[in-house]
Amino acid sequence: MNIYAIRAIYLFEMARTWRTLLQSIVSPVISTSLYFVVFGAAIGSHMKGIDGVSYGAFIVPGLIMLSLLTQSISNASFGIYFPKFVGTIYEILSAPVSPFEIVAGYVGAAASKSIILGLIILVTARLFVPFQIEHPLWMLTFLLLTALTFSLFGFIIGIWADNFEKLQLVPLLVVTPLTFLGGSFYSIHMLPPFWQKVTLFNPVVYLISGFRWSFYGVADVGVGVSVGMTLVFLAICLAAVWWIFRSGYRLKA
Amino acid sequence: MQPIIAVSQLSKTYASGFQALKKIDLEIRRGEIFALLGPNGAGKTTLISIVCGIVNPSGGTVLADGHDVVRDYRAARAKIGLVPQELTTDAFETVWNTVSFSRGLFGKPANPVHIEKVLKDLSLWDKKDSRLMTLSGGMKRRVMIAKALSHEPQILFLDEPTAGVDVELRRDMWAMVRALRATGVTIILTTHYIEEAEEMADRIGVIHKGELILVEDKAELMNKLGRKQLTLHLQNPLASIPAALADDPLELSADGNELVYTFDAQGERTGIDVLLRRLGEAGIDFKDLKTSQSSLEDIFVSLVRERA
Repeated sequence: MNIYAIRAIYLFEMARTWRTLLQSIVSPVISTSLYFVVFGAAIGSHMKGIDGVSYGAFIVPGLIMLSLLTQSISNASFGIYFPKFVGTIYEILSAPVSPFEIVAGYVGAAASKSIILGLIILVTARLFVPFQIEHPLWMLTFLLLTALTFSLFGFIIGIWADNFEKLQLVPLLVVTPLTFLGGSFYSIHMLPPFWQKVTLFNPVVYLISGFRWSFYGVADVGVGVSVGMTLVFLAICLAAVWWIFRSGYRLKA
Repeated sequence: MQPIIAVSQLSKTYASGFQALKKIDLEIRRGEIFALLGPNGAGKTTLISIVCGIVNPSGGTVLADGHDVVRDYRAARAKIGLVPQELTTDAFETVWNTVSFSRGLFGKPANPVHIEKVLKDLSLWDKKDSRLMTLSGGMKRRVMIAKALSHEPQILFLDEPTAGVDVELRRDMWAMVRALRATGVTIILTTHYIEEAEEMADRIGVIHKGELILVEDKAELMNKLGRKQLTLHLQNPLASIPAALADDPLELSADGNELVYTFDAQGERTGIDVLLRRLGEAGIDFKDLKTSQSSLEDIFVSLVRERA
C-alpha cells in the first residue's frame, strides 16, 4: 500500500479546497442559509408541522443532504476531471499507485470536504431553527455513507466527462431534480398515491428519509431500507470505478 | 549485465486502428544515455508512454530493472522518472509543493534535503515559493524535471527535453543529464535535434513508422561520420582507374569525370598528399576539388528515406 501517495493526493485536493474557500465552503453555506430564511422562517412559519416536526426543522436534514450530494459530486468530478483536462494526469498514471490508492486520495478528499460542509450547514441551521438529533451516530453514518457514495459517483462523472459541459450535465439534469423531488422539502406521504410509487424509484428518497429519521425518528421508508439502498448504490459506484480502472476507460489509450 | 530496460516484441495499435509500434525489440544498458531519434509520429512517445504506464501495450513485454511494467507496475514505476513533452503543470501550486507532491506520489517519505538539492541543481531554489503560473516556459520545464527527479529514480525519460528551449537552458540541461549519468542514472531521451544526440548519447536508436531501424553505439556512428570524401573533378574523363592508383580507395564516377577518394579524417595520415603526388605523376589533371563529411543527419535522413 502506497500510503505516501494517498496522503499526497489527499493533501493536494484539500489544499485546493482552502485555496477556493469562497467557492467551496462559503457559497454553499450562504445558499443554504437563504433556503432557511425563505422556507424555514418566512414560509415555514405559516405552515403546520409535518409528522409532528415544525416545518423549519423538517427541512434541515433535506437541505444538508441537498448540499452534501451536489458538493460531493462537484468536488470529486472536478478533482479528477481537471488533471485530465490540463494533462497533469500523466503523473498519476505513471506513478506506482494502485486504482484503490488513487480513488482513496481523490474520493476521500471530496468526501471529507462535503462532510465538513454538511457539519457547517448543520451548525448554521441551528442559528435559524431549533432541532434535536435523536440518533447522532446514525446521523454521522448516513453523512459518511452518502458523502462517500456520491463522491464516488462524482469521480465516475469526472472520468466520463470529456468537456466542461458534460461535467455539469449530470448534476444539473439528474441529481438536482432527484434531490428536489426526493423529499428535501416535503414528506412523500404528501404526494398523491401514484407519485408516491414513482418516487420510490428515486434513490435520493432513501437517503433523505434515513437521514431525517436520525434527527427526528420519523421516516418515509424504513430505516433499514434506507441503509440498504445507500449500500446498494455504494456498491454500484464501486463496481463502476473498478471497471474503469480495469479497462482504462477514458484514462489510458 | 542485465539490461535496465528490456523491450521485447512490443506493439501498439490505437483504437483508431493506427499502428504506432510494430514489434519493437530494444535493450537499454544500465547507466547509459540512449537517444531515440525519429520524425514526428514515429512512435517515440508511444514507446515511452508504454514503459511509464500511461499507455497500455497491445502486445509484447517491457521489463524495467527486471520488473514487468504491467504485472509488477509498482516496482517498475518506482524506479522511473518521466519528463513528458508537453508542459503540463498545476497552475496554482507552488514549486516546492508540486515537487514534494511528486515524491509522495511515488511512494517516498518526505525528504526536504533531497528536494532542496534537486531545486538548487536546477536553479529553481529562489523560485520555490512561486506559483507555477508565474514561471516562464523554461522554468516550467525545469520544474517538470525536478518533479521527475523528486523520488530519486534510476531511470529517467526525457521526451523532447529541449524542444522550444533557449540555448542557455539547453546547455544547462545537457550538463544536468551528464551529472545525473555520473551518479548512475540511466537516461533515455527523445529528440529531433541530431546535434543533441551527437553531443549527449552513448547509443542512438532510430525509430520510423513504428519500427526500430537502427540501434548503434554513437562511437561507431561517429566512425562512419569520421569518414570524409574528396571529390576531384577531372580535366579529361578517364575510362578506368590507372594501375598506379589501383591500391588507393578510389572510385570513378560513371561518366569518368569524377574521382572520389574516401579517407579517415581522424586518422594520423589522410593520404591526400600521396594521392595528389601520384595523380601528378600519372598525368591526371583536375579542375576542381571538394571534401565532404556525412553527418548523423545525413545518415538519419537517408535511413528514413529508404524506408519511406
